[in-house]
Amino acid sequence: MSSDSPLVIVGASYAGLQLAASARESGYCGRIVMVGEEERLPYQRPPLSKGLLTGKSSVDMLPLRSDAFYRDSGIETVLGRRAVRIDTSGRRLSLDDGQTLAYAWLALTTGARCRPLPVPGAELAGVHMLRTLDESLALAASAGQAKTACVIGGGFIGLEVAAALQARGVRVTVVEAQSRLLARSVPPIMSDYIRNAHESRGVRIETGRGLRSLRGEDGGVVAAELADGTAIPCELAVVGIGVIPNDELAREAGIAVDNGILVDACGRTSSERVLAAGDVANMLHAGWGPDGAQGRYRFESIQAANDSAKACASVIAGHPAPCQSVPWFWSDQFNLKFQMAGVPQPADQVVLRGSMDNDKFCLIYLRAGRVAAVHTVNRPADHMLARRLIAAGAKLSGEQAADEQFDLKRLLAGPAVSPPAAPQSRA
Amino acid sequence: MPTINFLLADGTTRSVEATTGRSVMEAAIHGNVRGIDAECGGCCSCATCHVYVDESYLPLIPAADEMEDELLQGVASERRPESRLSCQLIVSPALDGLTVSVPESQS
Repeated sequence: MSSDSPLVIVGASYAGLQLAASARESGYCGRIVMVGEEERLPYQRPPLSKGLLTGKSSVDMLPLRSDAFYRDSGIETVLGRRAVRIDTSGRRLSLDDGQTLAYAWLALTTGARCRPLPVPGAELAGVHMLRTLDESLALAASAGQAKTACVIGGGFIGLEVAAALQARGVRVTVVEAQSRLLARSVPPIMSDYIRNAHESRGVRIETGRGLRSLRGEDGGVVAAELADGTAIPCELAVVGIGVIPNDELAREAGIAVDNGILVDACGRTSSERVLAAGDVANMLHAGWGPDGAQGRYRFESIQAANDSAKACASVIAGHPAPCQSVPWFWSDQFNLKFQMAGVPQPADQVVLRGSMDNDKFCLIYLRAGRVAAVHTVNRPADHMLARRLIAAGAKLSGEQAADEQFDLKRLLAGPAVSPPAAPQSRA
Repeated sequence: MPTINFLLADGTTRSVEATTGRSVMEAAIHGNVRGIDAECGGCCSCATCHVYVDESYLPLIPAADEMEDELLQGVASERRPESRLSCQLIVSPALDGLTVSVPESQS
């Protein structure tokens, strides 16, 4: 590989950085150029909806890597620039300042952007979205002067922001159009638990309530008006109603997209020498356990960003290694550490292990007698164990799952999956 | 500024200056120390900033709380009595000269 065969990465956050780092670690000796729209080097995102709002984190704590890392690893950065066009036949990328970059490999890690508010009022002062560090800082500043806030959207971001604002003394109302919180991600039993956790700490939760508009006075938001005409007064509003993958650059270049850039389990797009990873990648997973968890998923998590980026790097290195890790994700709200491993399906048997009353429990999702997914609250050891159980396709009955005396670690002793014809292998 | 020494898996040592009140994990990231992944950014969620603390310093460091103790059960490399998550180790002047070993693997 010569120095005139650069790896060009569009997007400078978790996936882009991991891809650059992994490519270098696996011996890529060409130039690596990472293009980012923000003026900042890659930084941690979880604190934007948590610690940065409560004051527990500060900006200088956020860089994912030191300046020395980029220098020592030979990773060039082009910041504050947007990629505007890919010429796949000529293998060139154009940026918004007119410069073009030739590539040997192009990696698209362009992420996603906040879904805009579909009702009037989004342009009012005091209405916030949350994706970037600057947006988080603006929200924190705004929250310092507000006594009331309205969070539009009862998903993870909305609930984390609600918890953070409530913790700093702002009275928060969460408005969710669905009939329950986190409806896309968790079963009703968990939605009820989370709702209770928020309400018992003073957050007002309005589910099944559509938003008609955000009302303003003198250009600033003063209330959220619901579909039935109810007005919820607020000095600031935070909109967290999901994201849209930034796949336009790929689509305009003729690369296959459908809810993100379509990639195989190694991150390869429909275009030769073009890879994609992170939030923008809609990946055909090879499966992460013997339950055949194959299918297309576009995950929005750090773990998926890192692992899909590593898969891309393996393609560049000439030894393609498909993404096979169990998906996991976490959310901190108040003193609750909520962790999820695997992807539950509506038909799974859901078993409660532990007690919701003391905020320490697991929800175990069983599919065809095996552990398919686990949600934990304040049980990090069980979360770590769950990832191994899911990967191993551990067999578990509903009775065992509910019985706290039954040691789940036992399932990992001996062969992970006992072949049916080998009873002597059972521990 | 207190100095923290990271004994890396390849046998070399890397010494970095750390900031009082910040974590050993942050010192590692800012000092470009390899082998500490810190996927969750220090919120005690991922167990990928595992280190082995030099035993002579153990008495100077508050014991792991329940959450850290639980996470340590899930570290990728062997858990030992001196195992800690570096995101939970807060740098103080007393820790000047602390040596921690970085395990072979974090995930």
